[in-house]
Amino acid sequence: MLKDITLGQYFPGTSVVHRLDPRTKLLFLIVYIVALFLAVGPIAYAVMLGLLITFIAVSRIPAKAFVRGLKPLVFILVFTGLLNLFFTQSGKVLVSFWIITITLDGLLRAVFMVVRILMLVTGTTLLTYTTSPIALTDGLESLLNPLKKIKVPVHELAMMMCIALRFIPTLIEETDKIMSAQKARGADFETGKLLQRVKALVPILVPLFISSFRRADELATAMECRCYHGGEGRTKMKLLRYHRRDFEAFALAALMLAGMIVLNIFGL
Amino acid sequence: METAINVEHLSYTYPGAEDTLGVQVFEDLSLTVKEGTFVAILGGNGCGKSTLAKHFNSILLPSRGKVYVFGMDSSDEEKLIMIRKNVGMVFQNPDNQIVANVVEEDVAFGPENLGISSAEIRRRVDSALQQVGMYEYRGHAPHLLSGGQKQRIAIAGIIAMEPKCIVLDEPTAMLDPKGRREVMQTVEMLNREKGITVVFITHHMDEAAMADRVIVLNKGKIAADGKPQEVFSQVELLHSIGLAAPETVELCWELNRLGAELPLDSLSPENCAQTLLEHWKV
Repeated sequence: MLKDITLGQYFPGTSVVHRLDPRTKLLFLIVYIVALFLAVGPIAYAVMLGLLITFIAVSRIPAKAFVRGLKPLVFILVFTGLLNLFFTQSGKVLVSFWIITITLDGLLRAVFMVVRILMLVTGTTLLTYTTSPIALTDGLESLLNPLKKIKVPVHELAMMMCIALRFIPTLIEETDKIMSAQKARGADFETGKLLQRVKALVPILVPLFISSFRRADELATAMECRCYHGGEGRTKMKLLRYHRRDFEAFALAALMLAGMIVLNIFGL
Repeated sequence: METAINVEHLSYTYPGAEDTLGVQVFEDLSLTVKEGTFVAILGGNGCGKSTLAKHFNSILLPSRGKVYVFGMDSSDEEKLIMIRKNVGMVFQNPDNQIVANVVEEDVAFGPENLGISSAEIRRRVDSALQQVGMYEYRGHAPHLLSGGQKQRIAIAGIIAMEPKCIVLDEPTAMLDPKGRREVMQTVEMLNREKGITVVFITHHMDEAAMADRVIVLNKGKIAADGKPQEVFSQVELLHSIGLAAPETVELCWELNRLGAELPLDSLSPENCAQTLLEHWKV
């Protein structure tokens, strides 16, 4: 049951997409999302979709992995699609019976909306699939660094994220162990009404919380023993450095944005 | 030989909750650890082993008395980083010491905190991982490794700071026999080949037998202190404080009770067999 969590899933690889600097990928994703919202016509959508498919092909990550990532979104996609389909009343009427009218505009808008969400999510997934959590944290820390001037605890936030990611598998393992221990004592998590099942979770959460506090305490001591004293004066083993491929990616992002603005002006 | 750690008249009381008295662990404890030695600290549960260890790198500060670490006063806040850089510490549960989710990133954590240049960190991380024999695993996720491997990563994380002394607080308590052997071999190598001072806290007698010097703690006091052979031959003393000598010594001691006259200094099965054979012939 707990093995399904795919948060921060990462597929190691050596493709260009993998080797790009995490900061480049983060910035590229932001530009891509902006460009996606500038797209209005079919040509613009086709271009954006084409680009996304090219990136996925270059990353050599199996398309199956992306489909899996989209599964939880089916409900939102269907909902958005239907809403746009039924509530857009302008344009040529295609079907009309009882209180339902489907127009060409509505149909187009529904399709575009669904495709936009799909591309949005797939683009973001591509980032997490090709970037190790630690590189992502480093990239975020480095990008947000200017915020230190206005007293945002950037290093502390990055450290927290890093430790959280590190402990997810440990805590999953621990939860499994506690559940087995409770089951061995006759606890029942699978049957009963919703309320009963929620109540059955209490004996899992309490020990999990207590052990997490203990872990936090031990980890803090271990970190102190390793001379941790905050972000000040700290250096990095892996320095983030922009390479030629990063500049190429930036150029591509600029072109993509410019292209979308032009297409947006002409309404294509 | 220089003195690595010097404890002078140490008293420590754990702070109690409001209005209650804390628990006093030590009263006037003194001991010195010479540089380059392998010292094992033995004792039953609650005898103050871990509390003592935490004084060696300023995690805990003495209530009374002084602890000097390579000549530095452990309560001098300006020396804190230098003290912790020189005395690394490894704990019982490897899971709660590993910070990052890639092996080499975790080993780099200590040196990164010391503000060393990236090229030098890289060199130290590679060298530390090679020393503990985990270099091939540098790109792995720690939670997929075995307990012994995780503990070796934790040790690598400490030696990457290039300390002069390592304190290990029951590092093998949660490991299977294979993991224990891996960790013991690593620790022994660090002491014998790299000359690092080792303070090894344990309640496994056979592990303590590998040390140059064994200190037995009981109720916050030193009950015995000396070479392993000397300490373990005091079988009655060990029994009286709820400990046991290594099995080989116990065997000889039992035989003595039945009338034999065996020396109580055989710490390994090989030694024991030798002793028994010699007495057999006589």
